[in-house]
Amino acid sequence: MDERSIALNRFGLGASPDDRDGDPTAGASRNWVTAQIAAFQPNPRAIAGVADTSTILRDIADYQAQARLVRKSKPGPRGNDADQTQPGDDGEDVAAIALRRRARGGLRLHYVEAVNARVAAALATPTPFAERLVHFWSNHFAVSAEKLPVVALAGAFEFEAIRPNVMGRFVDMLKAVERHPAMLLYLDQADSIGPGSAFGQRPRVAARQRGINENLAREILELHTLGVRTGYDQADVTEFARALTGWTVPGIGRRIGARAVTGGFEFLPDLHEPGTRTILGQTYPQDGEAQAEAVLEALARHPATARHIAAKLARHFAGDDPPPAMVRRLEAAFLRSGGDLPTVYRAIIASPEAWSAEPVKFRTPWEWSIAVLRGLSANLSDSGSAVGLQEQLGQRVWRPGQPSGFDDVAATWAGPDALMRRVEAAERLATRSRPVDARDLASRLFPGSVSAATAEALKRAESPGQALALLLVAPEMMRR
Amino acid sequence: MLDRRSFLVRGALATIGAGAMSRMAFARAATQRRFVFIIQRGAADGVGTVMPVGDPAYAAIRHAFAEDAATGAKLDALFTLHPAMPKAAGLYRQRSALFVHAVASPYRDRSHFDGQNVLETGGNSAYQVRDGWLNRLLSLLPHDEARAIAVSATMPVALRGSNEVASYAPSVLPDASDDLLQRVTMLYQGDAQLHALWSEAMSIRGLAGDEAEENGREAAANGRLAAQLLLPADGARIAMIETGGWDTHGAQRARLAGGLTRLDTMIDALRIGLGPVWQDTLVLVATEFGRTVAVNGTGGTDHGTAAAAMLLGGNVRGGRVLADWPGLAPAQLYEQRDLRPTMRLDDVISGALSRHFGLDPERTGAVLFPALGKRAPISGLVA
Repeated sequence: MDERSIALNRFGLGASPDDRDGDPTAGASRNWVTAQIAAFQPNPRAIAGVADTSTILRDIADYQAQARLVRKSKPGPRGNDADQTQPGDDGEDVAAIALRRRARGGLRLHYVEAVNARVAAALATPTPFAERLVHFWSNHFAVSAEKLPVVALAGAFEFEAIRPNVMGRFVDMLKAVERHPAMLLYLDQADSIGPGSAFGQRPRVAARQRGINENLAREILELHTLGVRTGYDQADVTEFARALTGWTVPGIGRRIGARAVTGGFEFLPDLHEPGTRTILGQTYPQDGEAQAEAVLEALARHPATARHIAAKLARHFAGDDPPPAMVRRLEAAFLRSGGDLPTVYRAIIASPEAWSAEPVKFRTPWEWSIAVLRGLSANLSDSGSAVGLQEQLGQRVWRPGQPSGFDDVAATWAGPDALMRRVEAAERLATRSRPVDARDLASRLFPGSVSAATAEALKRAESPGQALALLLVAPEMMRR
Repeated sequence: MLDRRSFLVRGALATIGAGAMSRMAFARAATQRRFVFIIQRGAADGVGTVMPVGDPAYAAIRHAFAEDAATGAKLDALFTLHPAMPKAAGLYRQRSALFVHAVASPYRDRSHFDGQNVLETGGNSAYQVRDGWLNRLLSLLPHDEARAIAVSATMPVALRGSNEVASYAPSVLPDASDDLLQRVTMLYQGDAQLHALWSEAMSIRGLAGDEAEENGREAAANGRLAAQLLLPADGARIAMIETGGWDTHGAQRARLAGGLTRLDTMIDALRIGLGPVWQDTLVLVATEFGRTVAVNGTGGTDHGTAAAAMLLGGNVRGGRVLADWPGLAPAQLYEQRDLRPTMRLDDVISGALSRHFGLDPERTGAVLFPALGKRAPISGLVA
């Protein structure tokens, strides 16, 4: 790959024929990538109109209130959670079911709207490297759109917790992410009660033996910061979970500790486990919200976190098996700068491993689809349905199904069926595309990097549309 | 849980919803005449479709391909129709099908893109004329009858131009076409990882179902859809349907048979769908250029020059093959490899369309093919 092609495809999201021709002089590609750190717009037009967290939370609360009404009106066993009640259960009134279905559909529309906005932002962005980093961090701090509240909130999570912090410090992103209602609801933090808290001491609560939920605390340690098997133990997890009690989203789900919706994160002192905590040998005497916040700050500057983040970033830009020397460099940049992300990004750009001439990554379905749509100068309506396209390709947006996010290795994505789906989608998108000469387009999308085999296949295609479809599935397009 | 089919259908509906329907509000028509252009993209093999079995050089130069002639319909002393087109053979017997052979556009090189551009624009060379001859045909028709539609998601070059034209995508979109799959196989040949994955994907696909039947269904659906768009009194008068998979560099016997089966099925579905209106309908089937006369080393043929075209419909003066046959002996071939063109496709088109729509042949030729000189529209193609 030519450096221009690496900049456009490995660092960016794929070229668009509308892009200016890349400057082939040495260093120009690196400068183009570096300049995006300062030029990034956290709140571009494509996402500006999307419903925010507080609006969505109110919709969720409305939906859940309706669901509670339905449950109350019906005899028989009660579900714990609105989502777990199956429509059509005996005794449920048809009108109520219909009402609830509509409400559920309304919540799902937030998801569709946000996916469309994410795709539109990725297609329109003048800073594709920065946009790639948004996707990277959103996947690092993954929520999975399966529970209904998370389905509705997944987009707002990325737009409000990730985007504003992508060019900031790691610790600030960490604090924003762990406070966001999508994360608190996804990893059950909103259900966690300090047994020694005022609320936990109420006789009815104590009798039911409800208490700490460790899920968020564990995943912060294992996935978001230190990384798995880096020296913390079960006692650290439990202590951290105690420190996190009180971090919640009032009025949503079980509505523990507060019934009214406030429109976002709240620290509820009544749920907080009192006392000093000890985590990784460090004591945290703080009271209230500041306690878990102090833990997050300590985790954010921990060397294990630096190593973990460095390895993931190196994997994303230099190959499935991250080169150890590059990992060490990024780790040092992270520690030296106190987790200043632009400093780490500059270390990536300065790493020769990220500029190796051979493609180092097999594109994920998301990456492939965005590169293809950008290459076609397509807009959302050209893609049919953004949600449908990602489903067809096998990577539903914000729905990795696990808190560790989507894998970032070829083994997960380079499969026979996945390839066939890309070919089918390519033919369909090529059919809908405005007329383009694939032979010219190839050299714009992969400057100086079109293989002889691909050029020959495009030249010999039986129609312009077929040539375009072939370009969209060429090896150059499958990897970056 | 991933449902490819429903996704494809949704995509198609989205396109229809996006405006094709609204553009279908047509004024009431005065004429009953309809015209359908079926383009064969990829250079269909005319010698393999309308087989010159009576040519003394034929059997030797086509060897195994010539076996197909045994079961085909004998058209006259010289020609036999490929056996994959029984419905067209039936139309031929009813004198509603006319085959034109050794015919070509003015294009004499061998690039699909350029050849299709010449075929569709009606120019003398590629990109010389910007709009399509089918669009220009609209300006020859009475204003309230000048309605054309592309049975595809996007507008083919032949229909592009200053006259407004609708497009309507088939509601059942095909899975990836076999021809594209073959080409992807070639494309991945030198890429170890993709080659291995793709080989597996293709073998899974081979197990999955009867592709021939599937293809036939899609072709029939396209024919029916075109009929529905043409049938109403205020419907389209001109329609264009695109077909692909004709670029048979390898394994031609099976692939050409598949393509011709689909074409035959599509024409039959169109005829049935049109009912009595078939009597007022003219169908033209044409390709950008033909293929080499000799079979190549991979059981296929390469890009050539002259090809065969078809005219079908109730008004066609059919039951014959129109050809100034150039012969297949080495000295008779164009550049020692291709069927030599002896008839101009533009003359066939302007002759047939002027008669069909009651237009002046010279003027029709001048409007449809303004860049070409020495026009001689062929009369007597249509009653």
